[in-house]
Amino acid sequence: MALFQLIGFGPTGWGGLLLVAALMTLCVTAVALLIGAIIGALVASAKLSASKTLKTLGGIYTTVFRGVPELLIIYLVYFGGSSAVTAIGKAMGYEGFLGLPSFVAGSLAVGIISGAYQAEVFRGAFLAIPKGELEAAQAIGMNRGLRLRRIIGPQVFRFAIPGIGNVWQLSLKDSALVSVTGLADLMRTSQVAAGSTRQHFVFFIVGGCLYLILTSFSDRLFTSAEKRANRSMPTSLGQA
Amino acid sequence: MDMAFMFETMKTLLAALPMTLALFALAIVFGGLLALVIVWMRVSGNAIARNFAKGYIFVFRGSPLLIQMFLIFYGLGQFGFIRYSFLWPALREPFVCAVLSLALCTAGYTAEIFRFGLRAIPAKEIEAARSIGMSGFLLTRRILAPIAFRHALPAYSTEVVMMVKSTALASLVTVWEVTGVAQRLISQTYRTMEVFLCAAAIYLILNFIILQAMAFLEYKLTPHRRAAPLFPVPQR
Repeated sequence: MALFQLIGFGPTGWGGLLLVAALMTLCVTAVALLIGAIIGALVASAKLSASKTLKTLGGIYTTVFRGVPELLIIYLVYFGGSSAVTAIGKAMGYEGFLGLPSFVAGSLAVGIISGAYQAEVFRGAFLAIPKGELEAAQAIGMNRGLRLRRIIGPQVFRFAIPGIGNVWQLSLKDSALVSVTGLADLMRTSQVAAGSTRQHFVFFIVGGCLYLILTSFSDRLFTSAEKRANRSMPTSLGQA
Repeated sequence: MDMAFMFETMKTLLAALPMTLALFALAIVFGGLLALVIVWMRVSGNAIARNFAKGYIFVFRGSPLLIQMFLIFYGLGQFGFIRYSFLWPALREPFVCAVLSLALCTAGYTAEIFRFGLRAIPAKEIEAARSIGMSGFLLTRRILAPIAFRHALPAYSTEVVMMVKSTALASLVTVWEVTGVAQRLISQTYRTMEVFLCAAAIYLILNFIILQAMAFLEYKLTPHRRAAPLFPVPQR
């Protein structure tokens, strides 16, 4: 019975806090995915552009942020961001240390990482569009914006869903590392609960199970989204 | 940028490189062996073994490595029967816990990669081998393992790079590898960018070397996919 009191919703239980923390994890991941989508679209278009400089810059971005440990990038954004904010504060006349809020730093760091992966997803999706369709759109005089909106956008979106699903799972797990900056996410809250009750095993199992629920639930969501986006397509290999 | 500081940082970080390499190598070896067992269970006819393997893969791929590592490092010590067993002197060490959790985690991912490699084996090749009386270990050694491994190699090299990056988490259970030392340097000097650049360079070079080695292995293992030489090599 003691176990259920510990992880339940009573006054001595950690259940409520853990659920709030799971929500925080979801929020960090969602914001990170959004930031990553913007970065990813920009980097992908740089890598696909004709300019050699842009291509190289895009290549460097994806190489660095996919090849360096996530924890190191979180340290960079958290400590680097904080010292940048402190420097700005000093310029505006505020003395002392100003910290970057850990939610901002965390979602920015995970976003920067997921941007590198999403860039590859978007690039692959763009390359999957049949060349003839782009030429046809050009031939009937569609301009750049119209082509992007009517031909490229919808198809990139459709082809990218499985890849984005993978990036989401990666980011969800990477977001656990944000706990090192003190953000009260699922990982951090399990840690605090484990430490203050001396029931490490129980709380890390419970935290792990909550992560499993999040990942398996979002996996289903992406599979059904893929089915929905492809409902007009002829059945093909590797379909969800 | 302060070159002298960069040089000092590089020297400090390189001193921690053997720890990163040790974590990585042990995790890959033990994780790979465990993955073979898991994938064998996953494709076996026994429903219990199959479902156990499915559950294992689901759990270790679906939850963050950090929570697995903390579970082993902090969680296991909670039980008296572990604390008073012969395993405790080993499980008390952060290094052993880090290697254990890295290996358990990579085994889940690697088992899936190997399974997709197995699925790529044409059924006819297995039938042909069976029809001439090959089965069991001989079939595995001559037909299944070589073909599956070759197919799995590109995906496996990605997993290996992921593993290099995952060793960074060991710093959170107080193993002083490259990222941990970098973090300590950042908090001592507040020179985030310089330290980051040095540590990033180490990881990028390490990953580059590993990927090149994997690509070389892939090239060596797939002579049948290469184009025929323009001038036939004279046979001795």
